[in-house]
Amino acid sequence: MSESIQQSDLVLSPTSFKPLVKEDSEQGISRPSLSYWQDAWRRLKENTRAIVSLYIILGLLAFTVLGPQIWGASGATSDVDQISKAPFANRAATIVEPFEPWDQSKVTASNNGLQLDGDPTTQAVRLVWEPMAASTNGYRIYRNIYPTGPERALGLPLGEVFPSQGTYFEDRLDLSPTYYYYTVVALGDKSRETQEFQSHEFDVTRVITADEAVEKNLIESSSDVAVGDEVMLAWHPLGTDYLGRDMLARLMEGAQVSLFIGIVAPLIYVLIGILYGSTAGFIGGPLDQGMMRFADFVVALPFLLFMIVFKIAFGVESGESGVLPMLIAMVVLLWPATARLVRGQILQIREEGYIDASRLLGAKSSYLIGRHMIPNTMGVILVTLTFAVPSAIFTEAFLSFIGMGVAPPTPSWGSMCNEGLKTMNSTPHELIFPAVLISVTVLAFNMLGDGLRDALDARMRSRE
Amino acid sequence: MTTPNSSNKSTTTASHTGADTGTAKELNRAALVQLLLLILGSLAVIIVVMYALNWAAQATGSKSAATDAINYEARSISILIEQEPPQLDAMKSTDQVSGSVLGHIMEGLIAYDVNNELVPGVAERWDIRADGATFWLRADARWSDGKPVTAQDFVFAWKTALEPATASQYAFILFPVKNAEAINTGKLTGDTLGASATSDRVLEVEFEKPIAFFEKLVAFSTYYPAREDFYKSTNGRYGADADTMLYNGAFTVESWVHNSSMRMEKNQQYWNKDSIFLNTIHVPFITADKQAGVNLFKDGRIALAQLDGETLPTALQERWNIGRLADGSVYYLEFNHREGRIGGNLNFRRALQLTLDSSELVYRVIKIPGYVPGTTLFPTWLKGKDAPFRQEYPPTPIRPDREKARELLATAMAELGLEETPSLVVLAGDTPLARKHAEYMQSELKKHLDLDVKIDRQIFKQRLAKMRAGQFDMVMAGWGPDFDDPLTFGDLFASWNLQNRGRYNNPELDAQIRIAQGSIDQQVRMDAFGEIQRILIDQAVLLPDYERGRVFVADPRMQNLGRRAIGPDPDYSRVTLLPPTAEEAGR
Amino acid sequence: MWIYAGRRVIQGIITVWFIATATFVAMHSVPGDPLLSDKAMTAEIRANLAAKYGLDKPVFPDQYMTYIGNMLQGDFGISFTQQNREVNDIIREHFPVSAALGILAVLFAALGGILWGALTALYRNKLPDIIIMFLVILGISVPSFVFAALGQLGLVGLNSWAGQTVLPVAGWGTVSHMLVPALVLGLSTMAFLTRLMRSSMLEIVNSDFVRTAKAKGLPPTRIFLKHQLRNAVLPVITVLGPAIAAITTGGFVVELVFAIPGLGRYFVEAVQQSDYTVIMGTTVFYGAFLVFMVILVDLVYGLIDPRVSVE
Repeated sequence: MSESIQQSDLVLSPTSFKPLVKEDSEQGISRPSLSYWQDAWRRLKENTRAIVSLYIILGLLAFTVLGPQIWGASGATSDVDQISKAPFANRAATIVEPFEPWDQSKVTASNNGLQLDGDPTTQAVRLVWEPMAASTNGYRIYRNIYPTGPERALGLPLGEVFPSQGTYFEDRLDLSPTYYYYTVVALGDKSRETQEFQSHEFDVTRVITADEAVEKNLIESSSDVAVGDEVMLAWHPLGTDYLGRDMLARLMEGAQVSLFIGIVAPLIYVLIGILYGSTAGFIGGPLDQGMMRFADFVVALPFLLFMIVFKIAFGVESGESGVLPMLIAMVVLLWPATARLVRGQILQIREEGYIDASRLLGAKSSYLIGRHMIPNTMGVILVTLTFAVPSAIFTEAFLSFIGMGVAPPTPSWGSMCNEGLKTMNSTPHELIFPAVLISVTVLAFNMLGDGLRDALDARMRSRE
Repeated sequence: MTTPNSSNKSTTTASHTGADTGTAKELNRAALVQLLLLILGSLAVIIVVMYALNWAAQATGSKSAATDAINYEARSISILIEQEPPQLDAMKSTDQVSGSVLGHIMEGLIAYDVNNELVPGVAERWDIRADGATFWLRADARWSDGKPVTAQDFVFAWKTALEPATASQYAFILFPVKNAEAINTGKLTGDTLGASATSDRVLEVEFEKPIAFFEKLVAFSTYYPAREDFYKSTNGRYGADADTMLYNGAFTVESWVHNSSMRMEKNQQYWNKDSIFLNTIHVPFITADKQAGVNLFKDGRIALAQLDGETLPTALQERWNIGRLADGSVYYLEFNHREGRIGGNLNFRRALQLTLDSSELVYRVIKIPGYVPGTTLFPTWLKGKDAPFRQEYPPTPIRPDREKARELLATAMAELGLEETPSLVVLAGDTPLARKHAEYMQSELKKHLDLDVKIDRQIFKQRLAKMRAGQFDMVMAGWGPDFDDPLTFGDLFASWNLQNRGRYNNPELDAQIRIAQGSIDQQVRMDAFGEIQRILIDQAVLLPDYERGRVFVADPRMQNLGRRAIGPDPDYSRVTLLPPTAEEAGR
Repeated sequence: MWIYAGRRVIQGIITVWFIATATFVAMHSVPGDPLLSDKAMTAEIRANLAAKYGLDKPVFPDQYMTYIGNMLQGDFGISFTQQNREVNDIIREHFPVSAALGILAVLFAALGGILWGALTALYRNKLPDIIIMFLVILGISVPSFVFAALGQLGLVGLNSWAGQTVLPVAGWGTVSHMLVPALVLGLSTMAFLTRLMRSSMLEIVNSDFVRTAKAKGLPPTRIFLKHQLRNAVLPVITVLGPAIAAITTGGFVVELVFAIPGLGRYFVEAVQQSDYTVIMGTTVFYGAFLVFMVILVDLVYGLIDPRVSVE
């Protein structure tokens, strides 16, 4: 530009100018106009992560609603033969005769250390041993899954046998098809353990009786099989829990509780919080003060106590699942945090220049709130919402933890996590599956929230 | 002409953007530097605050000394207790943790030794007759302030425990003493109690009616002594803190920081202090979390850790020596026999009796060694006349027979006029084990009898309120023994017993219970208990689930640890320590 | 300013009174009372007990008036479960423990949240952002009871690896006892604040005043500290008030696992035991504490944000 000014020899005459022809076409809007929401949707669609998370959420809903129809197993049926089984564990079992109490009078005494009477099966392991000289007060029987080794790690103390009960012991405690190291220690004076002991290891096989197999729908009738045949126990793709219940079915049923509590409760209370907080922040003055003091009051109410009160107030009969009162308690008691947050934002935005401008142009209050204030607090609101989802799921889990949650056998992901945590070393699958589902849910909501924020936020839009 | 115009515009935009990214980069770099400074600053703040908190924590004095599980040189051990003792006033104490601590710091007339035999305590000898008893106190029994323990101290403690204003929940255990019950209900004054000190060292007791097991009662904590002048000087805070108590046991509480820690030291005034090896018992931790206990044991901080089904695999992996014992209590399913409740029907109860398999429950679901499948209300450890009670009076064996059970259920429904299988409410506790148990039972009854069971899980006081009001069809109940006699279980289902939450009423059973309570002939009494056991099983009044057990790991260097079903448990008072081996000492 | 603060304090006292009343009503409408015990007792003994604790009088107005009267004198009564201890003693002895743990946890949470949040906003959609956000999601989708258990296992592992006690596994007394429990306690709040901070930072970066500041040619350091960070911290401070109260009183699981003698355990146990006096005492104390924190935060807000005047 500066160069052109230096060209002082330029001569202008009236003929150098002519009127500009008005060309309508150049001024027109060439693309269809987009409303705020249409634009938001367009931008959301462009966000791959948001769309992926949307599909994940739809998938979770399908898992919850359609899953139980497709996978027919019930999450309430226990199976003591398959307790806490990992996925893809060996399912073979041998058919045996029904369990009969042990008739010790028919047992031949052992003359060669610790021996067995009958085969070692998951039904029972029957031990017979040689009388020991040091035993003045009977024997104590131990079982280990690891070799006892030089430090004499004998393992689980299964029980004591008094002198009058002879040299027999029947072990039925939680037998699984594996190698066991049994030790019998003689008890001397005052029932103290002596140095005299006998030990042996046995390989236990998994068994099932024909009647049990019929009962569990593994075979048609008990005449189909003979003793010694092998049958396959029921298949559980994600393993079983502490009562031998199908994990997949329980995760599906648990989703109904957890997703309901985790999505519906936050949606409602965040909405209440937004309405309450924006009203208070926008109007201000004594009303704001009063409303915020009420919010302080609600925050300080003891959640546990009111949880019980709501249970009673809504007439939850003994043994009902109690999801609804839990939801109501959460909605009634948890909105103030969002309300405070939204109010704080509104107070800030209220002072912005564009609000004054809009107001000067004659915008109504409802327009100001709906068009300017809430979209501008969207970022914070969505963060709250995405965090409210896991916190609601865990509130339910915590209530289950202290015995006030959803009535059993209805599962929930949170309470399954809780149960799984205790056995995390021995059977990690009981913790991992529910935890992964919670994480996936939270992740999906977070990414969707991020996408929504970018799509809805007026200021982000001006960046592009 | 329009072209240069628009191009001009685009260049400005471009240059603006370029400048913007330039500033943005600069801004980012500056921001990063500032953030790093902020991080350093906040670390400094955290360190300062931590030092301040450290100082504050030490000033408040509530700290757990970093003690080793076992210290042979100092003759000390460290242990964990599961909960804070509500108070150490023996007259009011009810719970097991208080009972265990009290067993270390107090001594009754008669005490338990490490082998759970009754031995002389404050009384050096005694004489128990049909109408009363005499106790001769030893001359060298002293309180921790050096004054002698006198017969008056026992009389005072018993009277105080019985006073209505004291509100002792265990006052009933004193009822065999003459007029005790009337005093407790406010009908007579404390002076009329049938216990008197004929001299400082002789205690005379009159009985309300003949009693066969008084010496076992006397070992109970409610019978411990208390000294009047000291008790009154505490203004109602007796046993609330370490300094508002007098001790006559093997140890004294030297410091007690509530819910945090406790320290017990050997009582130098204790008459039998030469038999006490330990100088100090540290209690640096109070928590009910079993996993935390196992972690502390593994870390060498505590000498004993309780195990549960979840922590057993860790104990096996670590190759620890695992111990077990019966903790004395029996758990069972109790029916509601009230009018209009289905539990009043015998065939219904028998149907459930033949369906539920307590051995499967214990061996497959609970999976904790030490738990014994329930077959009767009377646990295995109870003594009979000469041998264990269960050997003298074996309970009728019940084997699951689901076929028969379904028939019985059909009969019951016909008798009750029911069209379809009823829905039942079972009241359960809030512990994880109770939940597991209830869910298992629910699934079993659905599977075998097609009964719909609803589990009503309630927290402690709400469950008690519901039990009291009879708002249940079945309740998962348990009973811990108070004294070492079958009667502690035997009278539970007497029609007059308030503990009979299901209101079972059977004159035949009541008659047997009266015999067991009134007679002092052990043969007659045991026969009566045998009858009670038979009736309870035949009538399926309750369905025994299990006898509870405990599994634990204890430091192998610790000897003479006392563990028992009745009385203070665990008892460390007689513990001796093995000297460290040469290898350990060298380390 | 001072008049405003004074007015807020008076409003706060009224709020606390409301809290006390609502809790009182709720507590008495729940079945079960503190006198119930495992051992059944006769009607006479029960009546004696009820008389001793004043539970024989009608709940309204007698018990309520007595309660409020005592509360005004700062007397919360004697615990039902720990029969020889005053509720005041319980609060006095155990609140400092919870508070010390809470202060450290809040410090971790607030400083960590602000720093990580600012960092993620600066590196939006770049590697640091993605890594931190992944950790944040992990932090919120794993419940505190899992972190508490894992934290303790980690300590055991650390000590056995080092062959000596580096950090104690549980217990209370020194700062070394607090470190891991406070981290566990503050973790979810830290994750929340990180997320909140990132979000509000992103908005601030694009706001008019930041652009104006850039246009004015202010040095970048000044823009970041004075304009971006200061404004972005506002929503964080808003939630910090209730969060402080929640953290300092809500550490039930952490206190249980790490054997810490805090107030959180008392409250949960009191509800389970229907221990009327402890429920009331802790609720009123907690309510007052929370109301006070909120007032404090509002005052701080006025100081930090030039646009919001406390009047």
